[in-house]
Amino acid sequence: MKLRNVLVVALLVLLALSTLAPFLWMVLASLKPLAEVEELNPLPTVWRPGNYPQVFRQVPFATYYFNSVYVAAWVTFLTCLTSAAAGFAFSRLRWPGRDRVFQLYLATMMIPGVVTMIPNYTLMVKLQLLDSHAGLILPAAFGAFGTFLMRQFMISLPSALDEAAEIDGASPAQVFWDIILPLAKPGLLTLAIFTFMGNYGSFFWPLVMIKSQHLRTLPVGMLYFDTIYGRQTNLLMAASVMNVVPLIVLFVAGQRFLVKGIQLGAVKG
Amino acid sequence: MSRRGRRGLADALPFLLPNLLGFLLFTAGPVLFSLGAAFTNANLMRSVPLQFTGLENFRMLFSDREFHLYFLNTLYFLIGMPVAIAGSLALAVLLSREIRGVVVYRTLFYLPSFTSGVALMILWKQLYNPDFGPINAAIHWVSATLRLGMDAPDWLLSTRNLLGIEVEKVALSARQYGLGARDAIVIMGVWTAVGGNNLLLYLAALMNVPTELQEAAALDGAKPGQVFRHVTWPQLAPTTFFIVVMSTIGGLQGGFEQARVMTAGGPSGTTTTLSYYIYTKAFEEFRIGYASAVAWVLFAVIFALTLVNWKFGNREVAE
Repeated sequence: MKLRNVLVVALLVLLALSTLAPFLWMVLASLKPLAEVEELNPLPTVWRPGNYPQVFRQVPFATYYFNSVYVAAWVTFLTCLTSAAAGFAFSRLRWPGRDRVFQLYLATMMIPGVVTMIPNYTLMVKLQLLDSHAGLILPAAFGAFGTFLMRQFMISLPSALDEAAEIDGASPAQVFWDIILPLAKPGLLTLAIFTFMGNYGSFFWPLVMIKSQHLRTLPVGMLYFDTIYGRQTNLLMAASVMNVVPLIVLFVAGQRFLVKGIQLGAVKG
Repeated sequence: MSRRGRRGLADALPFLLPNLLGFLLFTAGPVLFSLGAAFTNANLMRSVPLQFTGLENFRMLFSDREFHLYFLNTLYFLIGMPVAIAGSLALAVLLSREIRGVVVYRTLFYLPSFTSGVALMILWKQLYNPDFGPINAAIHWVSATLRLGMDAPDWLLSTRNLLGIEVEKVALSARQYGLGARDAIVIMGVWTAVGGNNLLLYLAALMNVPTELQEAAALDGAKPGQVFRHVTWPQLAPTTFFIVVMSTIGGLQGGFEQARVMTAGGPSGTTTTLSYYIYTKAFEEFRIGYASAVAWVLFAVIFALTLVNWKFGNREVAE
């Protein structure tokens, strides 16, 4: 029995190392002089932390960073606000046609994103939002998934809660704000983290929408960096490290909610 | 409408409207628009007058050699799926035995899927570099040390693949057998997915398998393998079913970022998936009518496969 446990741990460590190996290579390559990147020695003979500030000198990396966070934060804010309210209407209020409308939301969740991208692009052309941050934020902020997740979360709360409040004369707004929303906070946090990380890394939409250098988000900026300075592997890896670090921080900080959220989303199907 | 109904609607609308309006404008509306566009020659260039063309787009697409190849590519990328799912399950079983440090392992394994995206694809492009990349460096080193005389694959530059599929036509050939760009993307995908959401789902599902069942089976003299096959695996069936459905849907829609960042869809179109094809048609050639038609064919394939999964999956689950 003891031997078996040792084997399990050994196997897990081995697998964890092979998961980490590419990350390790990335970090080490980001600290090497260019000539050493292609050599086999894993550790740099000369450490070059200066690669990191060099990235900021070659491309407007800080702008990319800011744009990604700015767009993702707006989308997250709008998504959480409107999805929580709509989820409340779909789960705690009774009104004619409610389940029909919800089915419409569900049906669109099956349709691939590329289907709606093309009409949304022409819509953005019409609204003159091409090459603007508003054009990145608006189409991303009202997806069906957020409403679905919030509805699923709120519908599992006991109905005695709002009934009691209603008898005491509370308005729907009071029930929403004082009772349901505080209880739905874990679900809301899950949605917030998902939405933020999804939009921070979003690639397709910013790629087709943004033409101006100063409006580029991180993934699109990374692509151009790769296209223009693709030979400078050490700088490219430094940029990749800086791209990934905020996500790791976000995950470690929010993993309690994330793991629950992912597991809940599946159980409810 | 009854007075109660009207009252209910009046209460609900302030909560509903902000989201519903956005949903109708940016999701439901575009779905209808795109369905209409698929039957026209709609073009982003003003010089092409808009015409209703009926089924012309679909006729064109089914006789389009490129479309056949890209459809095949899209299916090829699904071969990583069973590997990734089996890997997630194996990891979950291992982790469920090891109580100490589960959170640490979970975080480590989850890292690739949480950070996936353009940055990691740029990383993998470097890892796969046939001349300077560490993967081939490792292969050369092993080969030299053990005197195997192996040739390292050309990875993203090669049209070879594990099934030996020809490039120009849909056929098999020994010349094409090997590891190439498609496999490089599949391997990266497996690395990304193994420790991701599926692992978390399996971990949760394993916690819910009643331990009494497993213990009873073990007391009756069942070997660990038998306990897994006859007790644990059936209990996991709903989770497996959900994972297969979601991975198929996601997999068929995938491949855009990989193609755009790593290969430009090449070599010889072997890593162009349908979603990348739609992108090039719509945003490089501006043929949004044709691109919409391809998008709806993709939806039809996804829908059909989901139905198949549903039919066979539910039977498995019910057993």
